[in-house]
Amino acid sequence: MLYMEAASSAPGNPILNIGIFLGFVAITMIIVFRASKNNNTAADYYAAGRSFTGPQNGAAIAGDYLSAASFLGIVGAIAIQGYDGFLYSIGFLVAWLVALLLVAELLRNTGKFTMADVLSFRLKQRPVRIAAATTTLVVCFFYLLAQMAGAGGLVSLLLGIDDKLGQSIVITVVGGLMILYVLIGGMKGTTWVQIIKAVLLISGAAVMTVWVLALHGFNLSALLDHAVATANNPAILDPGLKYGVSDASRLDFLSLGLALVLGTAALPHVLMRFYTVPTAKEARRSVVWAIWLIGIFYIFTLVLGYGAAALIGAEAIAAAPGGANSAAPLLAFELGGPLLLGLISAVAFATILAVVAGLTITAAASFAHDIYASVIKKGKARPEDEVKVARRTVVVIGIVAIVGGIGANGQNIAFLVALAFAVAASANLPTILYSLFWKRFTTRGAVWSMYGGLISAIVLIAFSPVVSGSPTSMIPGANFALFPLSNPGLVSIPLAFFLGWIVTVLDKGVESPEKQAEMEVRSLTGIGAEKATKH
Amino acid sequence: MGNEAPIAEDAAPVADFAALRESEKFRTLKRRHRSFVFPVVIACLLWYVAYVLLAAYAHDFMSTRVFGSVNIGLLLGLAQIATTFIVTTWYVSYANKHLDPIATEIRDSVEIPEALTDKAGR
Repeated sequence: MLYMEAASSAPGNPILNIGIFLGFVAITMIIVFRASKNNNTAADYYAAGRSFTGPQNGAAIAGDYLSAASFLGIVGAIAIQGYDGFLYSIGFLVAWLVALLLVAELLRNTGKFTMADVLSFRLKQRPVRIAAATTTLVVCFFYLLAQMAGAGGLVSLLLGIDDKLGQSIVITVVGGLMILYVLIGGMKGTTWVQIIKAVLLISGAAVMTVWVLALHGFNLSALLDHAVATANNPAILDPGLKYGVSDASRLDFLSLGLALVLGTAALPHVLMRFYTVPTAKEARRSVVWAIWLIGIFYIFTLVLGYGAAALIGAEAIAAAPGGANSAAPLLAFELGGPLLLGLISAVAFATILAVVAGLTITAAASFAHDIYASVIKKGKARPEDEVKVARRTVVVIGIVAIVGGIGANGQNIAFLVALAFAVAASANLPTILYSLFWKRFTTRGAVWSMYGGLISAIVLIAFSPVVSGSPTSMIPGANFALFPLSNPGLVSIPLAFFLGWIVTVLDKGVESPEKQAEMEVRSLTGIGAEKATKH
Repeated sequence: MGNEAPIAEDAAPVADFAALRESEKFRTLKRRHRSFVFPVVIACLLWYVAYVLLAAYAHDFMSTRVFGSVNIGLLLGLAQIATTFIVTTWYVSYANKHLDPIATEIRDSVEIPEALTDKAGR
C-alpha cells in the first residue's frame, strides 16, 4: 500500500518537489521583472496603474482568497471531519455576495488606494485614518502569521524537514522571496503571481477532481459510500462530527459562520484589489469572476475531501506529518505518484507566497498612504517619498512576518485565519457599511465602532479556550478561559454595529453635509473616480 | 474643525453634488440600487443563517438520505453555492439594465467637458 509508506515519511521525492517549486519561482520572477518597468507613481505601485481587466482581477482575487488554509485546510477538514469541513467553504463563498452587492463598486468609486480612503472620505481624516490603518495592520498581521505558520507545516510534509531549525530556514526563504516580489513588482507583480497561482491551483484541483470521480464511475453517491466504507463511520456524511458535540460548540459554529460570512467584504487585502481595475463596472466583473472561480473550486474541494477520506482514510491522514493539512498532497500522491504530488506541492507553496505578497503590499500601502502621507505629512508628502516609505515598510513587514511565522510555527492555522476574519468583520464592516449607506453617521461613531470591534474581538480571543484552558490551547498549562467560544464574532460583530449606531445617535456633532452629498453621488455614479494611468 | 488634513485633491470638486443628489435622475438611481441590494443581501444572509442553524441543531433532518448516500445536508450546501451563482448573475443583469445606463447619464452630464480633453482615459 503506497500510502502507508507515505504516512511514515514525507511522500514523493523532495528533490522533485523543490525543482518544480523553483521552476514556479523562476517563471514568476521573470514576469514580475517585466511587470515592474512602470512602477513609478503611487497609483502604479499600490494599484497597478488600475490597468487590470475584470477577469484578470477576478482570477487574482481568487488567487488571493484561496489561501493554503482553504485549499489544504478544507480538503483535510472534509477528509477527517466530513460534512463539518464543508461548512467552512459555504461561508467563505456566500460572503462574496456582501462584497458584490454592498461594497465593491461603491468602494472603487470613492477610494484611491486603501480602505481608509473610503472610511475617511466624509469624516475627520486623522482619527478615522489612524483607526482604519490600525485595524488593517492587525488583520493583515494575523492573516500573515497564519500563512507563514502554514509554510512551516507544509515543509515538514513536502520536503521531509522535521526539525524546527530546518523549517525556520524555509520560512525565512519564503519570506525573503515574498519581500523580493513585492519590492520589485509592487501591486502589478503581486497580481500576476496571484493570477498564475490561481490558474495552477484551480486546474490542479480540477484534474484531481475528475480523476477521483472517474475512479467512482462519476457517481457522487458511490464516492460517498466508499468514504463511509473506508472510515467505517457513516457519520462523516452528516453534520455534527466537529461542531455537534456540545451546546458551546454549536454556538461556536454559529459564531464562526457569522465571522466568515461578514468578514470577507471587510478584509483589507481583498478591498485593495478593487482599486487595480479602471472602473466600478470592472470591479463588479472582477467579483463575478472571483465568485465563479471560488465557488467551483469549493465544489472541487468537496470531492477531493471525500476522495481523500475514501482512498487514503482519515487515520492515515491524521498520522501523516502535517496532519489534516496533508490530505490533499497525499491524495495527489495516491492518484498521480511523485510527479502530481510535486506539482500540487509547488502549487501549495505558490499559494502561500502569493497570499503573503498580497497581504504585505496591503499593509505597506496602508502604513505609507494612511499613516505616513496623510497623518504624519498631513497630505503633503511627495508621491515618490510615499512609495519609498511603502517599499521600506515592505521590508519591515517581511521581517516581522518571518519572525512571527517562526514563532507561530505549529499553531493552528485555521484558527488564525478565522481570527483575522472575525477582527475584519467586527472592526471594519460596520464602519464601511455605515459610511456608505447612513447619512447621519459621524466620526465619533466610526472611531468607537472600529476600536470597539477590534478590542472586543481580541480580548474575547485572549480569554477563549484557544489561548488557555484546554490541552490544545496555546498555553495549555494555564486556565483563564472565561469566554466559552473560540470565535468572538457572535459577540464582537453585533457589538461593533451597536457601538457605531449608539455613539452616532448620541453624538450632537454633524459631519460636513457637502462631503456627504459628494460621497453619496460619487459612490453610485463614479463621477470623479480615479482613472487608469496611461503609459 | 472640519477636515484638518486635506488629502492632496488632484481634481477640484467637479460638480455641485448637493444639487445632483436632489436631482430626479440620481434619486431614481439610488432608489433602484437600494431597493435591489438591501432585500437581496438580507434574504441571502437569512438563507445562509438558516442553513447554519439547521447544520448546527437539526442533525437528523440534515442526515436524511435523498438518493444513494446523498443527504439533505449535502444538497442544501450545494444549494447555497447555486443560489450564490444565481444571485450574482441576477445582480449583474439588473445592474446592466437598470443601474449602469442612468449612472452613465449622470456622469456624462458632469464629466463631458473634461472628457473632450481626456478621451483616451475612457
